[in-house]
Amino acid sequence: MARDRPASRTGEEPAATRLPPFERVVERHGPTVLRFCAARVGADRAEDCFQETMLSALRAYDTLRDAGATRSWLLSIAARKAIDAHRARAGAPEPVGDPAILDAPSHDAAPDRRLAGAALWASVRELPAKQREAVALRFAGELTHREIAEAMQISEAAARRNVFEGVSRLRALVAEDDAR
Amino acid sequence: MTDKREERDREHDLEQLTASLRGAADPAPAEWERIRHELTTRATAQGLVDVAFERHDSPLGPLLIAATTDGLVRLGLPSEDEDEILDELARRISARVLLTPRESLTRARRQLDEYFDGGRREFDVALDWRLTTGFRREVLRATAQIPYGRTASYAQVATRAGRPKAARAAGTALATNPLPILVPCHRVLRTGGALGDYRGGTQAKARLLSLEGGTG
Repeated sequence: MARDRPASRTGEEPAATRLPPFERVVERHGPTVLRFCAARVGADRAEDCFQETMLSALRAYDTLRDAGATRSWLLSIAARKAIDAHRARAGAPEPVGDPAILDAPSHDAAPDRRLAGAALWASVRELPAKQREAVALRFAGELTHREIAEAMQISEAAARRNVFEGVSRLRALVAEDDAR
Repeated sequence: MTDKREERDREHDLEQLTASLRGAADPAPAEWERIRHELTTRATAQGLVDVAFERHDSPLGPLLIAATTDGLVRLGLPSEDEDEILDELARRISARVLLTPRESLTRARRQLDEYFDGGRREFDVALDWRLTTGFRREVLRATAQIPYGRTASYAQVATRAGRPKAARAAGTALATNPLPILVPCHRVLRTGGALGDYRGGTQAKARLLSLEGGTG
């Protein structure tokens, strides 16, 4: 019977030995982190947010327990950095989008869609805190609702609700802009 | 009917909205390169890179060279799989592995170029031996003493490493040399002069030997 087995854990490798080289983390998840930062703090401040996130992640890399959860771990760090950036600039107006990242020439997306995206993300930053966080994690970070829940330390149902309500309110904001 | 149509429209709206959100902010490749370079520069300055590596073109094909703060720790030959090398470095040394320049790498790359041009006979670079231990390390240290243009047999190297009867084990040590070219395991041949195996393939071994003029 399973429960009669001796409680030995000697077969387990230490977590650090299972982590892939950080270079691969940068390659696989770096662009997502940058996109998330651009979504959360605006493109002109995105790089600072990205650099601070990746350096913090590198510093704390050996504390990552599950290599399979790397992206949501990175984005939870990025989410904290984004909040710090907002606090540091409390009162300063939110920037609307900057050509450096959003309108770079060799971008895949069509230019009009890109511009729409930049303006749209500026609208996302007008959403209530939890909604904009959830919307950014969902669409810029491409996390599942479950991963969003982990990154925001809320329930999966709350994550789903925040995404849904965020997008619904965003649609209303966009409709208002169009009406103007 | 109208309800259904409205619902469809709303779904369409939502799809467009989410597509716009998704398509918003991917960096252009050149911009991404700059940002990545900035990251690795800062990481190096803050002492967060335990293993730095670069790729280097050579007449044998692309090499990978990796260094710790102690010195060069790994040279990967074109026949080797880069992902496997990086995984091994992460597992055995530290997962804080990044593609980034480092002075020791720059120095080694310059010397490799000079070596392949025929102008350099010895490498003057610090080596980090941590990927090899015990008898294997002794064998490699003995191998490092074989001069440019000369060769030795597996048995001779085993003897110099302190175990004259361990020619086969010496062969294993050389086959797992983490620093080929820099530690010239290509200069070790079978007794009688047959080429023997090489991690980078016998062709590469023959090429290095003919570069050094050791095979006449």
